[in-house]
Amino acid sequence: MRTSLVVLALAGALALSTAATPALAQTRTDVKVGLVLEPPSLDPTAEAAAAVDEVVYANVFEGLTRFAPDGSIVPGLAHSWEISEDGLTYTFHLREGVTFHDGTTMDAEDVKFSLERIGAEGSLNAQKALYAAIASVEAVDPLTVRITLSKPDGNLVYNLAWGDAVIVAPESAAANGTNPIGTGPFTFKQRRPGDSIELARNPNYWGTPAALESATFRYIADPTAALAALQAGDVDTFPNFPAPETVGVFESDPRFRVVVGTTQGETILAMNNGKPPLDNIKVREAIAHAIDRQAVIDGAMFGFGVPIGTFWPPTHPDYVDLTSLSKYDPERSKALLAEAGVSNPKLTLHLPPAPYARRGGEIIAEQLRAVGIDVQVINVEWAQWLSPEVFRPAPCPGAVGEGDKPPAYDGSCPASFSYDLTIVSHTEPNDIGIFARDDYYFNYHSDAFKQVIADLAVTADPAKRSELLKAAQTQLANDFVAGFLFELPKVGVENAKLMGMWENAPTQATDLTAVHWAQ
Amino acid sequence: MLPFLLNRLAALLLSLLVASVVIFLVLEVVPGDPASFMLGLNATPESAAALRDALGLDGPPLQRYLNWLFGFFRGDLGISYTYKVPVADLVADRIWLSLPLAIYALTLSTLIAFPVGIIAAARRGSAADVSIMGLTQLGVAVPNFWFAMLLVLLFSVTLRWFSAGGFPGWSDPLLALKALTLPAIALALPQASILARVMRSALLDTLTEDYVRSARAKGLTQRQTLWRHALRNALIPVLTIIGLQFSFLLAGAIIIEQVFFLPGLGRLVFQGITQRDLIVVKSVVMILVFAVIVVTFVVDMTYALVDPRLRRHGG
Repeated sequence: MRTSLVVLALAGALALSTAATPALAQTRTDVKVGLVLEPPSLDPTAEAAAAVDEVVYANVFEGLTRFAPDGSIVPGLAHSWEISEDGLTYTFHLREGVTFHDGTTMDAEDVKFSLERIGAEGSLNAQKALYAAIASVEAVDPLTVRITLSKPDGNLVYNLAWGDAVIVAPESAAANGTNPIGTGPFTFKQRRPGDSIELARNPNYWGTPAALESATFRYIADPTAALAALQAGDVDTFPNFPAPETVGVFESDPRFRVVVGTTQGETILAMNNGKPPLDNIKVREAIAHAIDRQAVIDGAMFGFGVPIGTFWPPTHPDYVDLTSLSKYDPERSKALLAEAGVSNPKLTLHLPPAPYARRGGEIIAEQLRAVGIDVQVINVEWAQWLSPEVFRPAPCPGAVGEGDKPPAYDGSCPASFSYDLTIVSHTEPNDIGIFARDDYYFNYHSDAFKQVIADLAVTADPAKRSELLKAAQTQLANDFVAGFLFELPKVGVENAKLMGMWENAPTQATDLTAVHWAQ
Repeated sequence: MLPFLLNRLAALLLSLLVASVVIFLVLEVVPGDPASFMLGLNATPESAAALRDALGLDGPPLQRYLNWLFGFFRGDLGISYTYKVPVADLVADRIWLSLPLAIYALTLSTLIAFPVGIIAAARRGSAADVSIMGLTQLGVAVPNFWFAMLLVLLFSVTLRWFSAGGFPGWSDPLLALKALTLPAIALALPQASILARVMRSALLDTLTEDYVRSARAKGLTQRQTLWRHALRNALIPVLTIIGLQFSFLLAGAIIIEQVFFLPGLGRLVFQGITQRDLIVVKSVVMILVFAVIVVTFVVDMTYALVDPRLRRHGG
């Protein structure tokens, strides 16, 4: 009885499945992209989550400039720009004939609106700090925008390429979270929360129209489900495949291609530079020498990932290889700890849920224990990690009758952090400047380093910038501000006939502009 | 009948009130700030404070509790912190997956369990009984997510009859049912095993009762006694288990939803917890509690239908 029922159910299901199988004769014009993390909303100017950019960057929304697949900055909605001698005035020339998806024209007023909105009071833009130098934005004529800065900012053209500075229209901006209206080659079609997001080709695109007619992003968080979805053809590609341990299956399958690329994600063992005994540089150096990076990469990342010795991606032309400064040398670690007069220090290690952190953390904890550091591993969720437990400064006690307040930056209540060690990957591009922030969780306060970053901000000359960037990297390595581990790899798996996906990730995006099918 | 009904209704309301307080308090003490989570690594503390303010996260707890409770009864569940859409809409979307999936799985489970359990009881000790007991033992022991993975491996990856997961929506009911088939089977088999075993032992218990012997003595065949007398009396424990299973299937399909990447209520709660979308967690958990309590209530009512003694004595 039981078997016959199961057989009956299966037979019925088989009938359903044969009825629903589409014919695949012609070259496909759709793509199904598998992603792990679902974006909360779809507005890149109000949300930090990289998951937003993974859907809308370059597809739905465009900025004045944009990232090319190789990480260089190329013109976006501005076809050219000039920078004044003093570096304080930027004049952007906009493309003609650009319209938003709702049919309205994109002009200088929209640019002015978009950029002023970032710095406005109550702005929720997560990267507000990047555009702090913008003093005013002026629409000179419909196709010319003049940005005046309060102080020179050598990174401006670069920062304008971020998803956080895309150009939106005043009429539609408020609803972009649920119904994004941009200028890109794809329009938003529909969203099924928890399941998928669909985009359709924008027939009125100002540039080369996309080869794809439609694109679907599907959210599959479970690594095993991701593997099955690729194998069953439910998705055509996983640009960031969540189960690197199984890529062997795809490498030996001619239907698939495995693409190992680079990201901007520096994975570090962050240390609380302000808390004893980690305020002692000898202790931090001891920790740096206790880490066997290759063992971490092999054990936690299945061999994917490039070792780093400082906080800069090895793919960048200005990268300095400083891995030798903190090479694996447990004997030296023990000697340094003895020199510092610290024996058997007890340290906590907070691990967020990312696999690189959980797996890498266990290995690093063991390596630190081997040199006599008593490490207590504490697993936390991201929301906990992003709280005063690790990342946020502790709140300050308020006056009687009031609750606690966030730290003030007028000096009345300086930021204080309570964690010892944690592992995290900082995936934002060009973000070495975070080590100059006093309110940041590294608790690293170096006037010399701040000076380098300040100089960098006001330097536009490429040769000088390169020198300063190298100086910044070297100082971080010499101060052993963190245990620099490895650059996060981008392990993608795609249908072997799918062409034009980004191989590397200069920013977190799934740019479908050039994606097409072979044959 | 009326006192029984009122008694049960009062218990229902009290349970709901207690549940709402517990849910609210538990979520109050969960560490982690939704605003910080939403803004990520590079945000300034000022932006986080601005967002906390915009989300209405500050304010006295009692006031927030009452706001939430009254909003809940008006059907206004608030706006999701992360999705920025009304929680009621999110729930409405997901319930159209979770509820049909639960019903589908429960139907399969019952369709399998009833005949299997009856056969095993009727032919106690036979080869059929022994093999049914062995198979159901296996069914209880095998975790449903592992079974789900095997189903995917066979029917999606190898045979390619089904998608490995996902849900296309109800615009095409056949496609939707097809998408729910593997998850429903994965959910149903372990439940069917439990239910079949309960059915069998409940029947065996009633078959030893005096009234069954009397029925046999007055000349009914074994089959007639089973269908007319034993089965009806064995239904109470079986209904209890079905009620529990329905609640479990509605709220607890989360791992199966993960394996088949289905946008159901379980995954909504899971995502809500990790992303600190506490307003979603609060409301969905409350709705699930509500559903479980209502199902229990309905099961209590069916007891009364099955067993007249309960009606007369007011439970």
